[in-house]
Amino acid sequence: MSKNYTYSFIILALILVLCFLTNISLGSVSIPISEIFDSLFGASDNYIIQNYRLPKALTAILVGSGLGISGLLMQTLFRNPLAGPFVLGISSGASLGVALVILGSGLFGGVLATFLISKWSIVIAASLGSFLVLLAVLLVSSKVRDTMAILIIGLMFGSITAAVVSVLAYFSSAEQLQQYIFWGFGSLGNLSWHELLIFFCIYSFGIVLTIVSIKALNTLLLGENYAKSLGINIKKSRYIIILATSLLAGTITAFAGPIAFIGLAIPHITRQVFNTSNHKVLLPAVFLFGAIIMLICDSIAQLPTSDYTLPINAITSLIGAPVVVWLLVRQRKMVF
Amino acid sequence: MTSRNKHIILKTKGLSIGYTSKKAIAVIAEHINIELKQGELIGLVGANGIGKSTLLRTITTIQQPLDGEIDLNGKPLQSYSGVALAKAMSLVLTEQLMSKNLSVLELIALGRQPYTNWVGNLTEDDISIINTAIEQTNISDLKHRKCFELSDGQLQKVMIARALAQDTDLIILDEPTTHLDMYHKAYILKLLQQLAKETNKTILFSSHEIDLAIQLCDTMVVMTNDTVISDTPCNLIEQGVFETLFPEDLIGFDQKTGSFRVKK
Repeated sequence: MSKNYTYSFIILALILVLCFLTNISLGSVSIPISEIFDSLFGASDNYIIQNYRLPKALTAILVGSGLGISGLLMQTLFRNPLAGPFVLGISSGASLGVALVILGSGLFGGVLATFLISKWSIVIAASLGSFLVLLAVLLVSSKVRDTMAILIIGLMFGSITAAVVSVLAYFSSAEQLQQYIFWGFGSLGNLSWHELLIFFCIYSFGIVLTIVSIKALNTLLLGENYAKSLGINIKKSRYIIILATSLLAGTITAFAGPIAFIGLAIPHITRQVFNTSNHKVLLPAVFLFGAIIMLICDSIAQLPTSDYTLPINAITSLIGAPVVVWLLVRQRKMVF
Repeated sequence: MTSRNKHIILKTKGLSIGYTSKKAIAVIAEHINIELKQGELIGLVGANGIGKSTLLRTITTIQQPLDGEIDLNGKPLQSYSGVALAKAMSLVLTEQLMSKNLSVLELIALGRQPYTNWVGNLTEDDISIINTAIEQTNISDLKHRKCFELSDGQLQKVMIARALAQDTDLIILDEPTTHLDMYHKAYILKLLQQLAKETNKTILFSSHEIDLAIQLCDTMVVMTNDTVISDTPCNLIEQGVFETLFPEDLIGFDQKTGSFRVKK
């Protein structure tokens, strides 16, 4: 029936493997390629690879694909090419949680403060923050009939949390502010295997919910009234799609910080390249593109052969924005 | 009305339609008793704001009736689940498609959604039904085009094919002839007449093309300020129903030609 995309997928998968290996082989310490292969297949124990670079590369894959997929979900649900994973205020919620911990720790003072600024507390605060916003959005979405209203409400939640963060920032010291801003840069490299496992579990749950929604997503391409006439339960589908997005975007923000742009750009890049709106094709394609582009961004962010690591959040926009512009100019028309 | 003993697909009993808000109930039309029979083309006509869309929205469960009953295939409409209703009634709406990047084939295939599995894979049967729908609407040449490349007339044919692929006893179209030129208005309505005859489906459409509807429909449902009347076009002309459709100051109905004329 539909065009055969097998070749495109095989090529993309090969590129992904290539990017994965490149990403692992690059870093401030140069490691010969044979050593990398030995280490990956268990023939030798290279500490840097097994405990630093491998988890980081895997995190990049999860973050890139997860953000891309949640962006796709939001763009289809809200019929809006400007939507991304964070339109529902999820990253703002996480930011508020983290801001309360970092900037607010001064208010709690002393012993409590040192406990609060451990890494886990930031992950927990970010999760709690995004979870609370998610809860609010779900509550509202069961009351509101119009999907567009949910979009506006999500934006409002975002404004409120941003305002609270501003107030907190006003009363904070320079050091605290710096720490908060550093969190905002995003980071892929801080995850232990244990954390990665938790990340992966929640991520997988989000992906399963997305796969279940494929049929509803395709029907939504006709508009909500047509979808209803085709027997789709709009409210239930909307719930599942919002929940999937929140799980994906929420955990990613909790573990890797508010990584911008990828979620908005990847679905567009994928649509332009594959020229289809069918989610059965788009979903795996977005997964692959997201993972590949995140790995490339991370490789660049490490500034190979130097000791510096640039903020990943800046790199994603620096690389991604020109790609989207180039694709749109080349095709002269937006595929949506 | 009982000259032909056909199976009744949709029947309303004392139906009253309108909107409820917190403060008041706004009744748009009441005492609506209509019967839609199998294999008939039924045109729904009336002036702007008389309640055609509200009636269609009520029949298609987008909004709730204020009072009365609607039976579809002998069962109350409310007793249908979402999927069961999708297998009994398909729609062609006036609203724009959200994504025009779908190919014609993909769009028509979406009509099979109520029958496909959880991920929406098409079986051989689905594909043959889709192909039949494409042949019946004469759009084989458009099959691989994208929806944004189509003209309004072509897109309307594609949407009708999608409704056919849904394989329902009843197809409801909301103003299928808007935005079309004179030729395509006639073409679409003629196509609907042909489809009703060939497929034995019941097709209900709302339209402002009263002249064309009089020529092509088996039954017409006429909504006026006071009543909702349904009968064959000939009987309706004899009863002088069309004269009451619009205010008499500007246009008048000519019984001989079955069309409206501007008063000079």
